[in-house]
Amino acid sequence: MRMKSILIGAAAALALAPAANAGRGDAGHVNIIYWQAASILNPFLSGGTKDVESSSMVIEPLARYDENGNMVPWLVTEIPTVANGGVSEDLTSITWKISPGILWSDGSPFTSADVVFTADYCMDETGGCQQLAKFSDVTNVEALDDLTVKVTFGKPKPFPYGPFVGGESPIIQKAQFADCMGAKAPECTEQNFGPHGTGPFRVTEFRANDVISMEANPHYRDPNKPAFATLTFKGGGDAAAAARSVLETAEFDYAWNLQIDPAILTQMAGAGKGTVVSAFGTGVERMMVNLTNPDAALGDKRSTVEGGPHPFLTDAAVRRALSIAIDRNTLAEVGYGAAGKATCNVLPAPAIYASTANDECLVQDIAKANAILDEAGWAVGSDGVRAKDGVRLSILYQTSTNAVRQDTQALVKQWWSEIGVETELKNISASVFFGGDQSSPDTFQKHFSDIEMYTNLFNGTDPEAYMNSWTCAEIPNPGNNWLGSNMPRYCNPAYDALSAELSGTADIDERARIAKAMNDMLMQEGAMIPLVHRGRVSAHSNTLGGVVLNTWDSELWNVADWTRN
Amino acid sequence: MLNYTIRRLLFTIPTLLFISFIIFLLLDLAPNDPTGNLPMTITPDVREKIRESLGLGQPIHIRYFKWCVQFFVNEPLNIVEQYFDITIGQGDRLRVSSWSTRSPVGDLIAERMPQTLWVVGMSYVIGILIAVPIGVYSAYRQYSWFDQTGTFVSMVGFSVPTFFTGVLMIVIFSVYLGWFPSKYDTLHVVTDWESFVFQVRQSIMPVSVLALFNASTISRFMRASMLDNLNQDYVRTARAKGMTERIVVLVHVLRNSLIPVVTVIALGIPQVFGGAIITEQVFSINGLGALLIQGIQGADIPLVQTLTFIFAVLIVFFNLIADILYGILDPRIRYD
Repeated sequence: MRMKSILIGAAAALALAPAANAGRGDAGHVNIIYWQAASILNPFLSGGTKDVESSSMVIEPLARYDENGNMVPWLVTEIPTVANGGVSEDLTSITWKISPGILWSDGSPFTSADVVFTADYCMDETGGCQQLAKFSDVTNVEALDDLTVKVTFGKPKPFPYGPFVGGESPIIQKAQFADCMGAKAPECTEQNFGPHGTGPFRVTEFRANDVISMEANPHYRDPNKPAFATLTFKGGGDAAAAARSVLETAEFDYAWNLQIDPAILTQMAGAGKGTVVSAFGTGVERMMVNLTNPDAALGDKRSTVEGGPHPFLTDAAVRRALSIAIDRNTLAEVGYGAAGKATCNVLPAPAIYASTANDECLVQDIAKANAILDEAGWAVGSDGVRAKDGVRLSILYQTSTNAVRQDTQALVKQWWSEIGVETELKNISASVFFGGDQSSPDTFQKHFSDIEMYTNLFNGTDPEAYMNSWTCAEIPNPGNNWLGSNMPRYCNPAYDALSAELSGTADIDERARIAKAMNDMLMQEGAMIPLVHRGRVSAHSNTLGGVVLNTWDSELWNVADWTRN
Repeated sequence: MLNYTIRRLLFTIPTLLFISFIIFLLLDLAPNDPTGNLPMTITPDVREKIRESLGLGQPIHIRYFKWCVQFFVNEPLNIVEQYFDITIGQGDRLRVSSWSTRSPVGDLIAERMPQTLWVVGMSYVIGILIAVPIGVYSAYRQYSWFDQTGTFVSMVGFSVPTFFTGVLMIVIFSVYLGWFPSKYDTLHVVTDWESFVFQVRQSIMPVSVLALFNASTISRFMRASMLDNLNQDYVRTARAKGMTERIVVLVHVLRNSLIPVVTVIALGIPQVFGGAIITEQVFSINGLGALLIQGIQGADIPLVQTLTFIFAVLIVFFNLIADILYGILDPRIRYD
């Protein structure tokens, strides 16, 4: 019955196409499904993608990224730059000019006080704000007048677009959240479940981890948008069921992040009711090589710089052979379909940062890998495993539990056995592997293995913070409670020098050159073995128009422009 | 009987306290982390701050004590306040809060109870209604074609997992035939005949998947229990006295055979409240089972702790009920 009514609705919409979507709410109802349900509508208290994206329809940042990764002014008149005087010459402050006339969903005016309050709210020491990294180096946020906000940084910021830019850093209303600062933040259930916003929709009912009902925001700045009067954001189930509900049964109009077997997705799309869309961001599935010794006999010094170098992974020939023995195209095709492509860089995007210097690894070459190992003196022993000076090439290869990752592990193990490398596979539940439990030996920071695999990425388009992950200071060790993102324990003064240079350079082309050089240094020294550049795959019903998949910001960034066609 | 009941009730207090402590310890020892599922873009030091704000830095006995106060004192007081619309004392006390939603666990449970009771409870009732007649007739006509078919169907229902039957039903009835929705709409409110029909349509698939499973188990118990009784001396006596076959089977045998089955049914009720983790996931019902599994995946310890403990309370409670029912149904059993 529902399908029938949708079809009738679609037919009616087609017949009245020019007039149908002219005004706010004319297109009726839209159904969105995220197989991970939204827990809360306050991204400062939950950094989960589902929470950031569901709330992005309600609360908005000052500027967003579009589908090409370019910044677009959202609640402001223009993007501040050094050229237009919005960013100070010494790169220590940025001044945002808010567009006049913007109203909150309760009808009150949106002012600079709300922006200042948002910064105070997140930077409160006791609040546990999950987007705190967006505000790094911020020393002061002040309102110059009702529509002007000045953010001052403690040091020159060549890329000052951290605070208030992108889906993770939206503005919340001061009047509503004033009593929810710091330790009181989690107690404000009503506010966290129904924030007032400037976005196209406002919340009518929120059921945590289940479903959200929304209606068009009557005070939205464009009087003709959104086209939909009401919206349901359903959560739960799994990715395959979500895909089915859009592509096969057409119960839903939009399904997010369909990480399922590409063959099944293609088959579902064959039903002709919906379209699969994909786009690439910065995510790369990569192997982190452990350059320190993970031997359990070392006790507290295990996988630390003090524990000494790795017995064989410090040999550049071994790392290179391991890399070129992998058929990345097969991995991308088997595991990710339209959402994956082979890559030899950890910094594959945006295009200006993508290097082509490492493309040797794009083509699998087992013979060459064998030759490299022969040349380096690793001889095949009686058990078929290469060894030198009593050290056998035997690798413990760990990752999180996930069907695609286990397929990848099995394929890689097979290829490595062809070059005389023995591989032991291990998988760990994601909440343990990516969790930070100090007592667990299985976290990715501890890296008590030879090689570990996962995906990392960065938000927005600026790679500075991401590339700084592999400086010497970022090496996780017991001294810093294993907090650090340099999993390979890579330490190279030349790399640190490039990192320092990047943080002092504002010119975009110059920044691209440095970031590329950093990527090439990491790749050529084999600190990491990149495998697959991963994209986002979502699906929308054929009756839903205006979807522009965006991997640089929330997927629902342009929900105001969605229509029924 | 009353003495026995009171004694048993008193004994549940230390049992439940012990259970709550064990659950707390187990969850604490598990190497789970509430920040583990956050995107990689959140930096390690921010993660550390998040853990601190959740109170993870405190020693375990303090956290356990806090939970006990919140659960055994604050939550009941809160229920009383809400129910009678009054304020006791300060009125603003700390409740058990979920880490992922930052809202009181009690509210989450209350929000999910209706769909779980409707779907899982309904499937349990339907399962019993199907299972009892099948069990009775299968035993009465042992090894007949009906008994053989019943055995086959219940074996299938028992051994084929619900994630298979559920998806199979979705593919047949939602994808190919388009009769029923594949996702359960929890916002749906029954107001008139049409909305009731929709409620029935959206419940048919999950209810029948679960009912098949429940009916399989219970019908086997019913059959076995009937077979035990059919060969008893009192049955021969009843027949010898010239009673009709109908009275012999439905009054004499059935009543006596129901005693163990009633116990099994009573012990199964806590599972109704526990929700059906897999079926709820398949149909996106988002009831208590789905809440628990989300809590486990997100390392939401207060939520998992509270839910598991409530299940433990229900199990202990229904064990007691089953024992008392046994005594009432079978006059030979006396506890005093």
